[in-house]
Amino acid sequence: MSIIGWLQISLLFLAVLVAIKPLGLYMAKVFSGERTFLSPVLSPVERGFYALAGVDPAKEQGWRSYALAMLAFSAVGFAALYAILRLQAYLPLNPQGFGNVPPDLAFNTAVSFVTNTNWQNYGGETTMSHFSQMAGLTVQNFVSAATGIGIAVAITRAFARSAASTIGNFWVDLTRSTLYVLLPLAVVVALAFVAMGVPQTLDAAVTASTIEGAQQTIALGPVASQEAIKQLGTNGGGFFNVNAAHPFENPTALTNYLNIFAMLSVSSALVYAFGQMVGERRQGWAFIAAIAILLIAGVGVIYWAETYGNPILTSLGLDPAFGNMEGKEVRFGQAMTATYATVTTGLSDGGVNGMHGSFTGMGGFVPMFLIQLGEVLPGGVGSGLYGLLVFAILSVFVAGLMVGRTPEFLGKKIEGREMKFAVLAIIILPMAILGFTAISAMLPFAVASVGTAGPHGLSEILYAFTSAAGNNGSAFGGLTGNTPWYNTTLGIAMLLGRFAYAVPVLAIAGSLATKVRVPASKGTFPTDTPLFVGLLVGIILILGGLQFFPALALGPIVEQFAMLAGQTF
Amino acid sequence: MSKKHVAPSLLDPAILLPAVKAAFVKLDPRQLMRNPVIFVTEVVAALVTVFFIRDFVTGTGTPLFSGQIAIWLWFTVLFATFAEAVAEGRGKAQADSLRRTKSELTARRLVSAQGRDTQTIAATSLKVGDLVLVEAGDLIPGDGEVVEGVASVNESAITGESAPVIRESGGDRSAVTGGTQVISDWIKVRITVAPGSSFVDRMIALIEGAQRQKTPNEIALSILLSGLTLIFLIAIVTLWGLAGYSGTVLSVTVLAALLVTLIPTTIGGLLSAIGIAGMDRLVRFNVIATSGRAVEAAGDVDTLLLDKTGTITFGNRMATDFLPVSGVSETELANAALLASLADETPEGRSIVALATGEFGCLAPTMQVDAVVPFAAQTRLSGVDVLDRRLRKGAVDSVLKFAGVRDENVPVEFRQAVDKVARTGGTPLAVADGNRLLGVIHLKDVVKPDIKERFAALRSMGIRTVMVTGDNPVTAAAIASEAGVDDFLAEATPEDKLAYIRKEQQGGRLIAMCGDGTNDAPALAQADVGVAMQTGTQAAREAANMVDLDSSPTKLIEIVEIGKQLLMTRGSLTTFSIANDVAKYFAIIPALFLATYPALGALNIMGLASPNSAILSAVIFNALIIIALIPLALRGVKYRPVGAAALLRRNLFVYGLGGILLPFVGIKLVDIAVNALNLV
Repeated sequence: MSIIGWLQISLLFLAVLVAIKPLGLYMAKVFSGERTFLSPVLSPVERGFYALAGVDPAKEQGWRSYALAMLAFSAVGFAALYAILRLQAYLPLNPQGFGNVPPDLAFNTAVSFVTNTNWQNYGGETTMSHFSQMAGLTVQNFVSAATGIGIAVAITRAFARSAASTIGNFWVDLTRSTLYVLLPLAVVVALAFVAMGVPQTLDAAVTASTIEGAQQTIALGPVASQEAIKQLGTNGGGFFNVNAAHPFENPTALTNYLNIFAMLSVSSALVYAFGQMVGERRQGWAFIAAIAILLIAGVGVIYWAETYGNPILTSLGLDPAFGNMEGKEVRFGQAMTATYATVTTGLSDGGVNGMHGSFTGMGGFVPMFLIQLGEVLPGGVGSGLYGLLVFAILSVFVAGLMVGRTPEFLGKKIEGREMKFAVLAIIILPMAILGFTAISAMLPFAVASVGTAGPHGLSEILYAFTSAAGNNGSAFGGLTGNTPWYNTTLGIAMLLGRFAYAVPVLAIAGSLATKVRVPASKGTFPTDTPLFVGLLVGIILILGGLQFFPALALGPIVEQFAMLAGQTF
Repeated sequence: MSKKHVAPSLLDPAILLPAVKAAFVKLDPRQLMRNPVIFVTEVVAALVTVFFIRDFVTGTGTPLFSGQIAIWLWFTVLFATFAEAVAEGRGKAQADSLRRTKSELTARRLVSAQGRDTQTIAATSLKVGDLVLVEAGDLIPGDGEVVEGVASVNESAITGESAPVIRESGGDRSAVTGGTQVISDWIKVRITVAPGSSFVDRMIALIEGAQRQKTPNEIALSILLSGLTLIFLIAIVTLWGLAGYSGTVLSVTVLAALLVTLIPTTIGGLLSAIGIAGMDRLVRFNVIATSGRAVEAAGDVDTLLLDKTGTITFGNRMATDFLPVSGVSETELANAALLASLADETPEGRSIVALATGEFGCLAPTMQVDAVVPFAAQTRLSGVDVLDRRLRKGAVDSVLKFAGVRDENVPVEFRQAVDKVARTGGTPLAVADGNRLLGVIHLKDVVKPDIKERFAALRSMGIRTVMVTGDNPVTAAAIASEAGVDDFLAEATPEDKLAYIRKEQQGGRLIAMCGDGTNDAPALAQADVGVAMQTGTQAAREAANMVDLDSSPTKLIEIVEIGKQLLMTRGSLTTFSIANDVAKYFAIIPALFLATYPALGALNIMGLASPNSAILSAVIFNALIIIALIPLALRGVKYRPVGAAALLRRNLFVYGLGGILLPFVGIKLVDIAVNALNLV
């Protein structure tokens, strides 16, 4: 670790910190239906959409109709994307002449993008036509993110309101988050990427002759536009197979900075917007503090583990001063690779600028563990916030009793109904991750996809299902995921991780909205103090750790100890 | 004050021995189903037992090890059922003494409402609406209302208060309780509650736990605990597959051991004991709750509605000061007031005597009183004629008239003194000697000495106190500020109270109040915690969800503390239980995989001797901690009125951090013992 490295890391987090408040205030305005500086331009467009779809924006929904609208929209989105992929050969903008995507891969990919996971069992530049990338994948990059934001805003309203029966209108939330938040930001960020040298073209790949006379295909396409929304919407699905490690997707240290900034700022600002909308700004900052503590700790561990390097390689004569550079781009270095890896998994982005599977045991442990914590740091746009709120509800429930009152959070009593749905939600991750991992680990044909011997092989499977169920989308590498088994099971894990989590969250929102907001007193459990921040961090680590510790012990943890002990597999 | 029921000792063999037996009876899976965590433990214990028998019979595996694990898993279940049985046993001890008064009760049912002809029937066959005659020496056969007659009744069986109370028809003293004894005279009682659902029956049912319903928060917590159990079940079952990939075949015994140590058995085993103990504590404070829900709500109370009289003030106005006019010394005024009040037997008169002889050091005179002028509604003054003096005290205008002082001649100091007393909410009494005005006595509602501190404590708990009084707003404001309440309701009618409660509830606040009259019933029913006085009417007692047998209005404060204590105990043990898991992983995970991955030995930070001893030690610790925490569960975590933030900090430190660290030490110690005894 070096001072320069830590300076880079600090500067980045500082930049995000500065952006949080203005962006958060803007988002709070958007979702409260207030006028913003973009309203003169966008308001007519917005009204046009409502008129076209026959939506009455003033009519709010209860949690059931909100959830139904969300599910229906996602189902239609899935069907459309699946159709595009399956019919790609007949559709326009296919200069490379790619064929139709096979059924299991199309299923996996469609689920992947509708659930905001963006797990890629395909190589983008060798599978997807420009039409599929733009009309299929990029559209979902926007709307799946907007769906997540909608759910988060709905539960935010549930806390803000008192004795209400509705939690907002899904169609309005979807439209407003796309139109007012994601689209304008994407335009700005895409142009910035273009200025920094990221390609944006509809041309086909260029074939070049190398000095040795060999033919090299240089893939091109509308990279910058997809890259922008990939990060802003915490999607993570890259244009190229190697994602943000590719020199066209992420050419410089500066674009790398913008990448991380773009993914971190929207999600963090949404946490601030939560505080603003419930009228407790300190609550927003308390959440941000908890997030920052865990994120910086994660960066620190990876950075330390990677610069510490691999003693086995050192004993083979490798200079330990460089640490472990395997799977990393020299233009980013360890500090910025550690930061990218932490942020992309603390969020549900899933883009990568280095190969997590090539990290040391400890370095690989962190990204996996962060996803297993439920991606709440600050998580995917929307999904992170509502995941965090579920954790806050659990923390308040367990520890809140200790002040001698039945638990309440932001003036809302947490009772049996909320607990039931919170438990339903948190059970999804261990069920999908551990269940599918254990089954795959026992099936010979599933084990055949594993690329490495020893505990690292188990880590590959564990990471894949972790990433899928957590709707992250980053890959550990090594596992051949494009098989019918993994395409199907990973797809199911993604669906469970998204919808089997979101529906209980909306049910909690519906239940909380109906409750009267109890004014705080000295006897109320304080949830905006450093003590609560510490408690929340503790609960996240302990609850998350307890669920996954045995599995992790057999994967990255034993790998680290074995490496330190000089054992190879 | 009445005597409190004393808590039985924790080691009372009269409770412990039956509890041991009951602990085995409670192993019945149909009963244990109500407690998912312990039910899972029982299933797992049975499973390991089967594997032990297989190992033992076929001579394969490690029967010594799996046998010990099985035993300790059964102990885990037994300790949990034992905890519940002990809590129930302590409640039962009180219920039994109540029941004795009820057994073999007979009733003399009146044949007709007018006459006094009766037929003797068993109390259990009484119906609602029956009229019964109860005479001196009889036990009242059931809860009811006096319709005719006056009697003194000994209610000590219920209240522990030995002084008899008067029960009479009509008014607020007409309710009688089954099982209490008429000492003198006779009454006719209309039975208002069917046998089996009477007050004592409900009390017995609640503390016995037989009919105990889970309270809302208990249900929510059970859902969380079941969810955690399910999550750990997933983690453990899948571990078998993951271990298989890594080349380790895990036995059912070790997986069962890991599962039981991880699921929240500590809180799962103690949860119902905590609930029963909370109810029991309330009973020991002579308060009967009709539902557990009310006890929980008590912890959540935001606003206390307290009657001024009896709660905040002593109830009678008392003399607190003498304000003489110029030319008269304080002592002279005090002496005159003393003389004027000598024959006054009202509490006010006595308080004047007490003030004069106490603080002002006057000596009680021995001279002969010539004539006593008693207080009369027309004259509104009283006094004595002694020697040649005509001493009078009374309402200011009456005394002025008596002294023949015309308005314009009233001394300025006198007028100022009168104003001063009135302004502070007190009542001025004028004193005159013949036609000479001496000064003013300050009569005021005296606020109980320690009440201000109690309200301050309540405020730091986040609870607002609201004083309810029939006084005018000026007087009410003065007393309110002296007592330190947060708000007051002056000239309050029952409708005002009800409206106030509704308004507060709409703002999301929980209200507690106490009352005794029939006109309090709507407000008692509306309040989240309504405490009726035992001396109150049947209507009030029916509307309330708690009854205070001591009829002490300050009891509300204790009730709130008991509610909070119950919730805190539940939360602290839940936190402790979950925090415990960290150490158990560090004990068991390296033990499971040491053979395959020696490198994982690095996680064995406790330095446990061998894989088997590590697993056994974790299981033993997990079982013993339940027994160790039974006293805490029964006694409750101490509540301190220091505000939520400070409470949280303290409890998080003790039960959160302590919960993480303690098992590291505990498991290590058990491991040392296990190895010293060569158990594995």
